[in-house]
Amino acid sequence: MTVNITINGQKIQAQPEQTILEAAREHGINIPTLCYHKDLSPTGNCRICMVDVKGARFLQAACATQVWEGMEIETHGEKSIVSRKMTLEMMLANHPVDCLTCEANGDCELQDLAYEYRVEVPEWGTKGTHYPVDSDPNPFIFVDFNKCILCRRCVQACAEIQVRDVWGVAQRGFDETIVAGADTTMLEARCESCGQCVAYCPTGALTSKISRGLGRAPQVTKVTTTCTYCGVGCQLDLNVKDGKVIGVTSNPDAPVNGMALCVKGRYGWDFIHHPDRLTKPLVRQYLLSDQPKPKGKLGEWVEVDWDTALDITARKLSHARDTFGPDSVGILTSAKCLNEENYLMNKFARQVVGTNNIDHCARL
Amino acid sequence: MAGLAASFGSGAMSNSMDDIAGQAQAFFVIGSNTTEQHPVFGTMLRRAVRFRGAKLIVADPRRIDLVDFATLHLQQKPGTDIVLLNGLMHIILQNGWEDERFIAERCEGFEEFKETVMRYTPQMVSETTSVPVEKLHQAAEIMGTHKPMAVMWAMGITQHISGVPNVLNLANLQMLLGNMGIPGGGVNPLRGQNNVQGACDLGGLPNVYPGYQKVTVAEHNRKFEAAWGAPLSDKIGATVTEIIPDILEGKTHALYILGEDPLMSDPDTAHIRKCMEAVDFLVLQELFPSETSHYADVMLPGASFAEKTGTFTNTERRIQMVHKAVDPPGEALPDWKIITRLAKRMLHGRTLSPDAPYAGWEYSSTADVMIETAALTPLYAGVTHERLERGERLQWPVKALDHPGTPILHVGQFSRGKGIFHPIDHIPPAEEPDEDYPFVMSTGRVIYHWHGGQMTRRAQGLLEVYSEALIEINPDDAARMGITTNGSAQRVRVSSRRGSIEAQAWVTDRVPPGMVYANFHFPDASANELTQAALDPVAKIPEYKVTAVHVEPA
Repeated sequence: MTVNITINGQKIQAQPEQTILEAAREHGINIPTLCYHKDLSPTGNCRICMVDVKGARFLQAACATQVWEGMEIETHGEKSIVSRKMTLEMMLANHPVDCLTCEANGDCELQDLAYEYRVEVPEWGTKGTHYPVDSDPNPFIFVDFNKCILCRRCVQACAEIQVRDVWGVAQRGFDETIVAGADTTMLEARCESCGQCVAYCPTGALTSKISRGLGRAPQVTKVTTTCTYCGVGCQLDLNVKDGKVIGVTSNPDAPVNGMALCVKGRYGWDFIHHPDRLTKPLVRQYLLSDQPKPKGKLGEWVEVDWDTALDITARKLSHARDTFGPDSVGILTSAKCLNEENYLMNKFARQVVGTNNIDHCARL
Repeated sequence: MAGLAASFGSGAMSNSMDDIAGQAQAFFVIGSNTTEQHPVFGTMLRRAVRFRGAKLIVADPRRIDLVDFATLHLQQKPGTDIVLLNGLMHIILQNGWEDERFIAERCEGFEEFKETVMRYTPQMVSETTSVPVEKLHQAAEIMGTHKPMAVMWAMGITQHISGVPNVLNLANLQMLLGNMGIPGGGVNPLRGQNNVQGACDLGGLPNVYPGYQKVTVAEHNRKFEAAWGAPLSDKIGATVTEIIPDILEGKTHALYILGEDPLMSDPDTAHIRKCMEAVDFLVLQELFPSETSHYADVMLPGASFAEKTGTFTNTERRIQMVHKAVDPPGEALPDWKIITRLAKRMLHGRTLSPDAPYAGWEYSSTADVMIETAALTPLYAGVTHERLERGERLQWPVKALDHPGTPILHVGQFSRGKGIFHPIDHIPPAEEPDEDYPFVMSTGRVIYHWHGGQMTRRAQGLLEVYSEALIEINPDDAARMGITTNGSAQRVRVSSRRGSIEAQAWVTDRVPPGMVYANFHFPDASANELTQAALDPVAKIPEYKVTAVHVEPA
């Protein structure tokens, strides 16, 4: 059974359980939102998605109003526009105007709406509440509640996606604020530092602490890939700037995980550029001077070119194979490496060396 | 894997994470610390419990985080899983909750299995496992009356000398309840590493070629000899837990290790050290200098996941693209290029059969390697980078280029035809607590670190939030020994017959009295200094989950 509605003069067949917003988006009609996110249950608290419904006494929140038979909706009528502008003005009146240095610049839904609706910070602002910047010691997540618009996506993401209930709302009116646990630190409130709240935050209130200052959305290239840690196989976007990974963001189309990631997937990437990385082939000195292998300490490492390192390796492995038989060579392949690399290691062991002594850490 | 292969003919997670989380009426999680080890799947289970009202039974000696969401926590003594499962199946049979039709139509060996299970009375099971009889009944009732139920496990089941029998018994349970081949059911071993499934699938095992084609089957041998143009060995090779100790036996002379740190991840570190000191030649292909690199003769700089393109296969058999985002540092190279170059050098001057289509090592990309892989691996026959790049979602078996993949295994029929019930009897752990070593130590990982810690100890935030090894110890035991969480008496020394480590105590009721839990992320206090190389006789997996230890304030 479908419901016949009209949006901006366009006749649409909607499903009876759909909201105005869902029906509109399904048919490519844009209604702006801030607190709404398709993954989270709608709360209808930001009042950006207000639309005109014929016959209703007030504007209706499109995200929280179900369609009915014969409903007629105007999404961009004069009343809606005025309302949205006023709502945005009130938000901006209580929001720092530091887009120049804000981490979220270019990836901020409030900024986008202010741009679209041509709303400036009002002259009568910004007299609102003030909070300490970087107010939580969590090593991954930078908290600046001055930029919070109280949309509560963080509260819902933590409750509905992560099911950890770290975030809540305290106080009323002007003093209303987001708190961790009973107004303590995130880690005290049993935060797992998954960063789901950061992923869903529409402004710069919650951002990545470890990516801070390294680059902002318009400057990065996103490369979709699969996480290197556990076997769940989450997909994520590596954020790359100037040839370096500077952060990880969720990819909503990820088949297994959607927007969700864990602390290691989202915040465990900085080993990639760690100064300890091996950057040149290394061999022990004795191998270059044709000495026998020393007992005990193996001596200094010497940086060599690839040809030298691979010649020595090939010679030594061939020597073991030819002297003691193929089964004297053990091959450990890697559950951290690609399928293709594992195939090649298997071919190397079996075809090149001639042994089935190949295994990896699955047992460990 | 060996266990599931024996029961069903195929050893892998049978179902997909989304059908489990979305459709199971009940979950049975045994020996998996899901929310810490597979965190995103852990949150899927939490959502199912909270928003869908799915029942959750957690069987684990520790009070892991998932217990907060559990309908029931069965806190069995370490090493008593078989007894626990037999007891639960005993009660299920007593109440007629088994799926008679499924058993009759799709399984064999039921009567003999039933005879064994009926010997495990609830009273006797309760005495061995220390799970109260009442809880056994409650758990069996949930299992018997909520269909489908999905079973999940991880190393808590497999890292025992009875690892394979443990798995066989979980397969028994799911056949008994008729939970195979349906959404929301299945036997679901959660694989640890990002690509441990792929490494197993593509021949990284001593007994099988890619796609689990046995090296001992002449037909498979001939197929790969024809493809690669070289004579191949039909003798099952040695496992990691044999290859390294075989150095001291004079059998292993050279080692080529790709991206692994046996000094951290293998049992009985002191013994591993002795082996590594004795090896003639060790080449290590790595991202970082590791504990093992002290013993290496050559180190080859490889590439991280961010620096190469190819595929990983996740725990639910899903093959997914990995994309290069940045160049490897300095002269480091993608690992496939290193392997290829080394292979060409070693083959120099050797004649391979000229008709063999895949004898050579000329690959312009990993996409080429996948074409060769698919040609020789029926499970991956339809996998290409091109399909994956188009956005196709593929879970093996992918039988052909137009085959859509297989989200659920064993639908309608098991891989081997009929499922086999195996009667399983209790096998006590290799090392039980005694007067000198009165505690049981179990080992594993924590959410903030990964395996030997080579990567996560170099991730600033992760190190900040979990900066040193912590030994979990129960408050009662701690109080008895004068160990506190602050002040001077907060460090403990844990010793086994093989070694001793000293670390910070974490006094917590996550562990029951008489048990401690340690990890192997930090070289200065790695649990593997204490563990033993007691292996499951078939799977050759070490018994990491039961080590007898002595604990004292340090």
